[in-house]
Amino acid sequence: MTSTKAIESISSSKGSVRSDLRQETLALTRRLFIQLVRRPSTLIAGVVQPLIWLILFGALFSNAPEGLLPGGMSYGRFLGAGVIVFTAFSGALNAGLPVMFDREFGFLNRLLVAPLSSRNSIIFASVIYITSISLIQSLAIMGTAFLLGYGWPGTTGLFVVLLTLLLLVFAVTALSLGLAFALPGHIELIAVIFVINLPLLFASTALAPISFMPVWLGWLAAVNPLTFAIEPIRAAYGGPLDLGLVILHAPYGDLTGYGCLGILIALSIGLFFLISPLLNRKLA
Amino acid sequence: MYLIELQDLVKSYGTVKALNGLSLKVPTGSLFGLLGPNGSGKTTTLRILCTLLSPDSGKASVAGLDVVKDPRSVRREIGYVAQEVAIDKILTGFELLQLQGDLYHLEPKDRNLRIAELIEKLEMQSWINRRCGTYSGGMRRRLDLASGLLHRPQLLVLDEPTVGLDIESRTAIWQLLLDLKSQGTTVLISSHYLEEVEALADQMAILDKGRVIAEGKPEDLKERLGGDRVTLKVREFSNENESEKVRNLLVNVRGVRQVVVNCVQGFSLNLVVDDESVLPRLREALDRSKIQLFALSHSRASLDDVYLQATGRTLMDAELAASNQRDVKLENKQAMR
Repeated sequence: MTSTKAIESISSSKGSVRSDLRQETLALTRRLFIQLVRRPSTLIAGVVQPLIWLILFGALFSNAPEGLLPGGMSYGRFLGAGVIVFTAFSGALNAGLPVMFDREFGFLNRLLVAPLSSRNSIIFASVIYITSISLIQSLAIMGTAFLLGYGWPGTTGLFVVLLTLLLLVFAVTALSLGLAFALPGHIELIAVIFVINLPLLFASTALAPISFMPVWLGWLAAVNPLTFAIEPIRAAYGGPLDLGLVILHAPYGDLTGYGCLGILIALSIGLFFLISPLLNRKLA
Repeated sequence: MYLIELQDLVKSYGTVKALNGLSLKVPTGSLFGLLGPNGSGKTTTLRILCTLLSPDSGKASVAGLDVVKDPRSVRREIGYVAQEVAIDKILTGFELLQLQGDLYHLEPKDRNLRIAELIEKLEMQSWINRRCGTYSGGMRRRLDLASGLLHRPQLLVLDEPTVGLDIESRTAIWQLLLDLKSQGTTVLISSHYLEEVEALADQMAILDKGRVIAEGKPEDLKERLGGDRVTLKVREFSNENESEKVRNLLVNVRGVRQVVVNCVQGFSLNLVVDDESVLPRLREALDRSKIQLFALSHSRASLDDVYLQATGRTLMDAELAASNQRDVKLENKQAMR
């Protein structure tokens, strides 16, 4: 009797592994979006905060002498790329928080006793969710930057902007999910996010070019992942885009647009392979 | 035929041994009660069954499927209702059931039919479309039961299903479990309430310090222990001398096996006797010595007596001792993944 029952219950879910994976990933993603719609404050804050950056910082340096920045760019236009990247970055850095709360409240256990076809669906759902939010926020900022007269990247440029953001978001989401499983609780996770967040912004080329920085800070900025995302986007804003051109004069040498994107790709893949054993162990 | 077979399970958290060679067989179709004080290993046992934990050593299987080697197949067979209800406060109960159905890969059509069926069965119509954050304890527990039953598991596992519930919800849940059993679902519950196990279980095991110390049908366990229980007081608050005197008097009455002076409850006397025919002889003995009786109660052996016999302490005392040395922070950590 036992065995016939077991066979019945297996055949009742006759979907293939792939359709099972799709069903569970969609269901988990749907949950995150329902939460977002009913509690939109994080999304709103995530749009408002960068706009404040853009408007306040843009105004702060609006009287800077012309020609100060490379290529005779206005400071507002220079800053736009930095703010877009920073927004996507902090959004992705927070990706681990909902997962951490699920761990703490035991909701994760509900997922873990279910016969998920792959526990990666939990990860996929987070990545889909965070990526969508980051893109919504980035587009809102790009729209506002356009209205403030800081320009628009054009069609090819827009493609490069989105690609760059996707790479960065993927890498940072992986990092954040890894932290969400490695750290004991949300207090610790928030502390780590707090410590990483602003310093990485200031030690990048978001607010000023490397040529303005003391040598040691220039070095930091030139190895900061944010810089490799900021520069291609800035280039996309700077006129006709050619990724083959040198866009970053780092202390260790010049980098082209392709170089920057290549580093981001390597970073994404590297972090993915660093984090996935940890996730597999925790979710095994 | 056994649906669950556990053999020599050992599980330690650091230096604490939660399970210490636990073996257990749960017959298919039974309503099985795991009774034991907090910290006796009930939750750990259930977590291993539900594949949330792996044992350090030993074997566990459900429907012949090994819990460690084939966890995904095991998960399909089990509906698990955890002790702390983990729900998403932002979702409605209905949305939570939909999510649950998708995690168990029900066809959308079948899923919605099944949800409607359970909403009716558990009488959740009036509030199922409200957000879970607004639910009372009883509502949450019913929702959790529904999500455990959604995929028609052949085994339903409930960890302390009625802790902290009002009497009405408790009765409703008891009735549901009895119904499930009569329909052929095997139900495994853990509890530290004697009454709950007595009222529900047709098979049970008593756990203490990570081992099974008694196992069988509740009546058989009590039968095996033998004898009836008599509690007797000569005054509402007696003193030790007086009680000792009475004790010496009663020890020699025919059919009395044991007399203990209970210092905690006003020096009352706890007797183990052969059966109720001993009662008139007790009264007679007291009359002869001109001792008036304040109160006398007679009962069959209870599960608490079974526990007392096996461990040398009452379940209540064990419960108190356990709650004094509970480490809530550590427990949370164990529950977290």
